[in-house]
Amino acid sequence: MWALRNSGCLCAAWSWGRSRLARGTAGGRQTDQNPEWQLEEQKLLPQKKVTMELLDHLERLALVDFRNWEGVERLEKAIQFADQLHEVNTEGIEPMDSVLEDRCLYLREDNITEGNCTKELLQNASQTADEYFESPPDSLQKAAFCKLRCSFFAGENLVTGNIPLPKLEEHESFLQDSN
Amino acid sequence: MLRAALREVSTALKEGRVSPTELCQRCLSLIKTTKFLNAYITVTEDTALRQAEESEKRYRRGQSLGDLDGIPVAVKDNFSTAGIETTCASNMLKGYIPPYNATVVQKLLDQGAVLIGKTNLDEFAMGSGSTDGIFGPVRNPWSYSRQYKEKCGQNSRLENEDSSWLIAGGSSGGSAAAVSSFTCFAALGSDTGGSTRNPAAHCGVVGLKPTYGLVSRHGLIPLVNSMDVPGILTRCVDDAATVLGVLAGHDPKDSTTVQDPFNPFELPSVIDVSKFCIGIPKEYHIPGLSSETLAVWSKAADLFENAGARVIEVSLPHTCYSIVCYHVLCTAEVASNMARFDGLEYGHRSNIDKSTESMYAATRREGFNDVVRGRILSGNYFLLKQNYEKYFIKAQKVRRLIANDFVNVFNSGVDVLLTPTTLRDAVPYVEFIKEDNRTRSAQDDIFTQAANMSGLPAVSIPTALSEKGLPIGLQFVGHAFQELQLLTVAKWFEKQAKFPILQLQEMLDHADALSHQKISLFS
Repeated sequence: MWALRNSGCLCAAWSWGRSRLARGTAGGRQTDQNPEWQLEEQKLLPQKKVTMELLDHLERLALVDFRNWEGVERLEKAIQFADQLHEVNTEGIEPMDSVLEDRCLYLREDNITEGNCTKELLQNASQTADEYFESPPDSLQKAAFCKLRCSFFAGENLVTGNIPLPKLEEHESFLQDSN
Repeated sequence: MLRAALREVSTALKEGRVSPTELCQRCLSLIKTTKFLNAYITVTEDTALRQAEESEKRYRRGQSLGDLDGIPVAVKDNFSTAGIETTCASNMLKGYIPPYNATVVQKLLDQGAVLIGKTNLDEFAMGSGSTDGIFGPVRNPWSYSRQYKEKCGQNSRLENEDSSWLIAGGSSGGSAAAVSSFTCFAALGSDTGGSTRNPAAHCGVVGLKPTYGLVSRHGLIPLVNSMDVPGILTRCVDDAATVLGVLAGHDPKDSTTVQDPFNPFELPSVIDVSKFCIGIPKEYHIPGLSSETLAVWSKAADLFENAGARVIEVSLPHTCYSIVCYHVLCTAEVASNMARFDGLEYGHRSNIDKSTESMYAATRREGFNDVVRGRILSGNYFLLKQNYEKYFIKAQKVRRLIANDFVNVFNSGVDVLLTPTTLRDAVPYVEFIKEDNRTRSAQDDIFTQAANMSGLPAVSIPTALSEKGLPIGLQFVGHAFQELQLLTVAKWFEKQAKFPILQLQEMLDHADALSHQKISLFS
């Protein structure tokens, strides 16, 4: 008869998920009722991970915004969850990019097999001009304008220091909350 | 006829007992009756009927293209389909019409299959419930089954309907619900962390995730390139083998498909399991596993043992870190993959056009839901210069340990692993949405994502009904590229399990009642 014993192995990951049932969602700063989880939290979150500078930096890199405090909470929880990885001893272990690492990567012949589909491709863009995708008119126009067609513009740096992300009404308020 | 397996209906088509057009019309009409399941995003009625007509001509000429000729199939809405809107259930791609077919879609069409529609999913396939897409949640057909209604003892079911219906699982919930509710004979899903097997288990159908590298991803809108695999949903194991035979093989357009020749196979009709060694990974017995699923799993192990198979307990020691590792690698690849959606070349484009960057940012703000944005942001965090080693490389190292666990177990003589697919049977929608998407995925992918991390083939087989009358699925995991062996064991098990057929009459009555009341749930 097959008697399956209860393995303790998944407790760490599991209690994390389960204990969230007991946690409030808004703010996420209240003390947890679950003693087992408190220990985990102390272990995993010795200090606050996410600074306002970091949030700003991430928004610029990702070109999406956190929108509200819950978005920031979501990131903090994702980091907490990921921190469990540090319990694993990976000394001398090589990182694994792909399960096919021991096989030769296939390269096809450098022949043109399809093409002449400019019209079809442009149909899915909401704004075009002649045979080009059209970006909003600004100083970076040339670089973005020619995204597909004109690789010789690649020399122009698309990344500038100051990306004018649309400001959020909530942005101000969660800045204050965190101070 | 609609309840038949693909093989059976294929025979009926060949013998002329039913025509492709008739079959197509019946499926289309059932799709209309079951519209409230929300399994389909797009129903391709006109092209389907045209394809069926073509198929009919071929049959009349005696030139059928094979087992799939004239068979209605559905495709998850994250596979590109030429001329047919492909949305990924996201505002970002609403209205997007791909100029080409995904290789797997093309292969189905080349075999004469009739594409009946595009199925619902979680936005960009990120989720485990099929609840997080812009077209609304998929309803599990079993919510309306006689089996569930009887067990729940609801007499006043119509009143309670809106609170008691169950999630279909995800993210390929639309495909699973479509196959389960008899509106098509096979469907394509995608499987990154369990997205084919999870809904298959909840909807009582077979869900196969082939070995990474066996089936082309060209045209599958990518989530996690190193783990994504097209999945196959069917009503029985033989059908899954048939569809795999059509889809598998090297594709010059996907350099991650292997070049080894693939020989389509038919599964043996008489199977001797005594020559197989079945491994039971002890780490898969965890506190959250429901007692009934545990009982079904134990019973399945007994079944193999009693039939003379060698059944041994094995250890995959890094199992507990697998879901954490998956979480890091998944978000990191998502962050990189989602960078392509900028509003310029295709998809949604915001009206804000102060500058290119503000247009990018506004487009992405309007186009992605919270789940997608959350994964992009955490992925970017793990990929920051100061975090790259600490999280991303660390996760890649843990991934090797997880993959090695499987290698060690298989090297020790185990042929196939037997595990649960999900922790428990499907939960009502109202329960499911009480927790956020990431927590849900961490729980629901717990048994499935390790096969993606290690690239191994895995299949979920509907096994038994729970106390509530809902499907419980078990998962078999095999050696890489050994689908024949995996599905042979699965077929033997399927035969023993005798999983009951979904009793739909209740659902159709429900649909009738709704249409009489002129209620349109999803308009």
